[in-house]
Amino acid sequence: MSELTLERGLAAFRAEIDAPIAAFFSSCVHCGICAQSCPFYLETGDPKYTPVLKLEPLRRVWEAEFTLWGRIKRILGLEQKVTDAMLAEWEELLYDSCSMCGRCSMVCPVGNDLAYMIRKTREGMVQSGHAPEGLINASIRAITTGSPMGLQWKTLAVQIKHVESSSGLVVPVDKVGAEYLVLLSSMEVINFPEYLEAITRIFDHAGVTWTLSTQCFEATNAGIQIGNKDIAAQLVERVVAAAEALQVPKVISPECGHAFTAIRWEGPNLIGRRYPFRVFHIVEVLEELRASGRLKTEGKETDRLSMHDPCNLARKSGVIQPQRNLMDLVAENFVDLDEHGKYQWCCGAGGGVSSNERAEPLKMAAFKRKKAQIEKVEPERMVTMCATCRTQLEEGLETFNMDIPVVGLTEMIADHLVEKTPAKDDTRA
Amino acid sequence: MNSAMDFLLWTKGPMFDIAMVIFAVGLLARLVEIFMLGRATNYAEPRATEWLPGFRTVLTRSVPDPGTFQRAPFNVLVGWIWHIGFLVALLLFVPHVELVKGVLGISWPALPNPVVDVFTAVTLFSLVATLVHRLTHPVKRHISTVEDYLVWTVVFLVVLTGYLAYHRLVNPYPLALGMHILCAEIFLIILPFTKLTHIFTTFIARWYNGAAFGRKGVQS
Repeated sequence: MSELTLERGLAAFRAEIDAPIAAFFSSCVHCGICAQSCPFYLETGDPKYTPVLKLEPLRRVWEAEFTLWGRIKRILGLEQKVTDAMLAEWEELLYDSCSMCGRCSMVCPVGNDLAYMIRKTREGMVQSGHAPEGLINASIRAITTGSPMGLQWKTLAVQIKHVESSSGLVVPVDKVGAEYLVLLSSMEVINFPEYLEAITRIFDHAGVTWTLSTQCFEATNAGIQIGNKDIAAQLVERVVAAAEALQVPKVISPECGHAFTAIRWEGPNLIGRRYPFRVFHIVEVLEELRASGRLKTEGKETDRLSMHDPCNLARKSGVIQPQRNLMDLVAENFVDLDEHGKYQWCCGAGGGVSSNERAEPLKMAAFKRKKAQIEKVEPERMVTMCATCRTQLEEGLETFNMDIPVVGLTEMIADHLVEKTPAKDDTRA
Repeated sequence: MNSAMDFLLWTKGPMFDIAMVIFAVGLLARLVEIFMLGRATNYAEPRATEWLPGFRTVLTRSVPDPGTFQRAPFNVLVGWIWHIGFLVALLLFVPHVELVKGVLGISWPALPNPVVDVFTAVTLFSLVATLVHRLTHPVKRHISTVEDYLVWTVVFLVVLTGYLAYHRLVNPYPLALGMHILCAEIFLIILPFTKLTHIFTTFIARWYNGAAFGRKGVQS
């Protein structure tokens, strides 16, 4: 890669500025309400974490180069310049203390979509050489090995064997013409192998044809987290190529919020064309199976359960009701956290924060917001549907000595499947 | 007295024209600057159209969600109070209605003067409260710039000089009125070049926000 410089960073900022961004910066009145929606500010109390302030480099470029008054100020020598030192200082603000959860975008009184701008600002940070080491390494691994964690197919193949022997079922691989191509996240493969077994059993139960692809199994996109369009587009192209090779009409994003927004919403724009297939989060697929009576379950969880909505799935993708319908199917004592759905609070680990080792203390600080929510409801277990959120919840609850196990929704559904392959009528009378 | 009258006539004549031209050209330039940039084509399969969710957010974003209100009640309440007070004084005071009628030829009913007077007094108090808040709240103090204080000063002076002129607290009256008109003109002149543009661009920003979320199936 050619050298990363301030000039390239500024050029990238320039290239990212569009009509929404100009409208957003034109509208900010410095009311500071965005800070009241940010777990990183609220849990540290440090005003430097105010969301709109994190965008100052992009704002300066916009003012100086995209406004009449900015140009006049420039001629008069009054321009506030973006310097390399400034970007170095802002690296922490744009990466370590922002999970791009989008909560500020929901509450800004003038309507600024701050998360949209953070995503774009990161493009300039990468080009100027101010991205965190952890994310750079994850991106390099994603490009060279296909997985941000360096996971290879042979590791997954071992897991597939385990799943097959414990379930007695076949995990389809490279099956041309299946209905669904199933993608996974490395985090899931390593931390939560039970997910693969769960979908194997559910899809067998519901008679769904599906397949994994040896060509591409990774759904996450390190290029989006770090903010590099080229890397991000390359990773999306791999998924598209795999789906096209297997001629599947549908692709499933795993229990990972980020992977879903990456492939569902950003992917087509990164490659500049529509997909020849549709994309669903696993929760959407399960909900469709439930609604059409293809999920037959028995028994219900009886303990007090609550749920963490992944930001990327709920607020940023509109999947809010499906997970609740699925909970109702298998849990009789489910209670929502106070602020949930589109107003849920981030676990603190999204947006690349969890891949950025340096951000660990901030990540745990931000978690305290979630912790307070959980303490208020006092569940016996938490349910979620994102491997990153789940890891963060487990680590956080452990750190604060809270004995609350965290389970994935898909596994919980799989645990309640009626054993035998059922007839096609609806058992939910 | 004579020079006060000259001053008043100047604010109502040449200065008014200058202010209106700068305001109109500046605002038009800003709007063109925004819309000329456009948006990239979005290839992701939408869950819903953009228009309706966009317009809904234009309206709904005026009221915060309950959690935000609990966390920032002062910000929300005082913000609401002074914006309403300012709008009432601006749009429903008899001389202002007459001015609009004279310039644009359209008019609407005004409120009785004592009512507008109360709104104006409340606006002045709440503006002072916003300044105190800006100077004391850690977030607001940290993010505030010279522009924030400049804009506050101009807005405050517009309301204050109006109040002083109405109550004949400055003599001679033409000087008081001239000062009020001049402050309003300064307000108009700086509007397109400061955060005052939010008066117009908020609606654009909210629409883009609502449209982007709405497309993904979330009412923002």
